[in-house]
Amino acid sequence: MLDPVLMESLWQATVETFYMVGISALLAVLFGLPLGLLLVITAPNHILPNSAIQKVLGSIVNVGRSIPFIILLVAIIPFTRLVVGTTIGSTAALVPLTIAAIPFFARVAETALLEVDRGLIEAAQSMGCNHWQIVLKVLVPEALPSLILGITIMVISLLSYSAMAGVVGGGGLGDLAIRYGYQRFDTTVMVVTVVLLIILVQIAQYVGDRLAIRLRKR
Amino acid sequence: MISIRDLYKIYTYQQGKGKIAALDGISLEVKAGEVFGVLGQSGAGKSTLIRCVNCLERPTSGSVWVGDEEITALSGTRLRKARQRIGMIFQHFNLLSSRTAAENIAFPLELMGYSRLKRRARVEELLALVGLEGRGDAYPAQLSGGQKQRVGIARALAGNPNVLLCDEATSALDPQTTRSILELLRDLNRRMGLTILLITHEMGVVKQICDRVAILEAGKVIEQGTVSELAAQPDSFIARELFPQRNGFKPRPGSVLVTIAFRGETANQPLISDLAKRFDVDVNIISGTVDTVGGQRVGQLHVELSGKDVSSALDYLQVQDLRHEVH
Ligand SMILES: Nc1ncnc2c1ncn2[C@@H]1O[C@H](COP(=O)(O)OP(=O)(O)OP(=O)(O)O)[C@@H](O)[C@H]1O
Ligand SMILES: [Mg+2]
Repeated sequence: MLDPVLMESLWQATVETFYMVGISALLAVLFGLPLGLLLVITAPNHILPNSAIQKVLGSIVNVGRSIPFIILLVAIIPFTRLVVGTTIGSTAALVPLTIAAIPFFARVAETALLEVDRGLIEAAQSMGCNHWQIVLKVLVPEALPSLILGITIMVISLLSYSAMAGVVGGGGLGDLAIRYGYQRFDTTVMVVTVVLLIILVQIAQYVGDRLAIRLRKR
Repeated sequence: MISIRDLYKIYTYQQGKGKIAALDGISLEVKAGEVFGVLGQSGAGKSTLIRCVNCLERPTSGSVWVGDEEITALSGTRLRKARQRIGMIFQHFNLLSSRTAAENIAFPLELMGYSRLKRRARVEELLALVGLEGRGDAYPAQLSGGQKQRVGIARALAGNPNVLLCDEATSALDPQTTRSILELLRDLNRRMGLTILLITHEMGVVKQICDRVAILEAGKVIEQGTVSELAAQPDSFIARELFPQRNGFKPRPGSVLVTIAFRGETANQPLISDLAKRFDVDVNIISGTVDTVGGQRVGQLHVELSGKDVSSALDYLQVQDLRHEVH
């Protein structure tokens, strides 16, 4: 039904999707988690109250969250060139995906970290923890199941965002679906790619849920 | 061991428009090796007070000393080191849900830089101390409230503190579990000479384990002393809480209502027959209670005296050194 050439491009698209989603999710956690942590601990009544930092960071995150992805994709092309040296291909698509995912994950992490009971922080303080120890030994481990669920939500959002990466020639499954299915009226390819995306989302959700359940010992 | 000197904590709210003195000039001395209770109603300032002892809350003015160290003068690393020498347990246990009982107990040891091997040995010791041998691998969600508090106690004692602060440590437990936790605390106090400062709103806790008590009301200490002594004073707050009162009882014309307090051996005297035999009085018992407080028998008797010789009978009570109150 599918010729070998098509199989080859399906495989390549899948690899590109994994590459774009995987790397941008990783970078988003790397930068978004500290941002979320700062948002939480600088809140009033937390361990490092600082309303100035909190407000500034909060506004930056809000701005990042409110720009539509398709606009971000085009608007930051000069920045993309600066960072990765190219403006087309999967690697170029990584930059806008990561920029969109960081504030997203910062908010998700903030929500997860705020769930950690104040009493636990107080107990840690009574045992002589410093701020680092509270973050690393209490906040993050206690919020881990919620953080994992947050990462799952982000990965799934990134899967659908990455479909728009075709705009910058980013490749990936979404791009394939649009090029063959929409532009060439090849329904079979469109259906196959969409089914592949559905399967990927299901797998991501399943893995995330299982991991969170295993970690949640409450 | 713990010295609280002229402590004030003023909270402001609505940008300084409103002010409330949660602690309004508190001075207390907790001696080494005793169990000291602070009793008060909701909002009296108990939590604020105990949180000031390890500086989880900074007092507005006044000072707190633990041992020979002025806690309120410390900050940063020195304050954190000092906190490691003060154990604390909580109403809701505050155990890390992501760690097993053993890992929770090991937490303060990690902070103190114990090696993995030394941690394991010490945790085993502590589990045995609180009666949780073999439960080290359970997660808090798999433990009952009483067991969780035992883990909390083991964790608080991990670094060998000589002071333990208890913030409503039994308020979330049923009466029977409360008793067993209090027994454990009493036992630790006796065996290790642990000084315990506890806050509570339950008279029962004070009755069962406290040597001395302070009554807190609206940020002020309105009464303090040895529990059994206070219980033996008919007009003390403790006695009024401990014994049933003469709810609106009115003595008949020509008779007086007297509240007599007993303590220790005097609780065993045949007082009523004594009065009736020696004096020309009728003794009508309204109510009476005897209780064990701080290991001593303490009681209160409400009687109605009538007859010619009431004043001599009252003098006799005086001579017998029985605290009493004529209403
Ligand atoms: N952070 C705060 N800001 C403003 N007021 C506060 C704050 N914390 C406590 N208060 C006030 O201080 C008073 C004492 O509070 P505290 O929590 O010490 O009482 P408590 O005796 O522990 O009561 P409970 O038995 O209900 O726990 C209360 O009137 C309370 O409203
Ligand atoms: Mg309280």
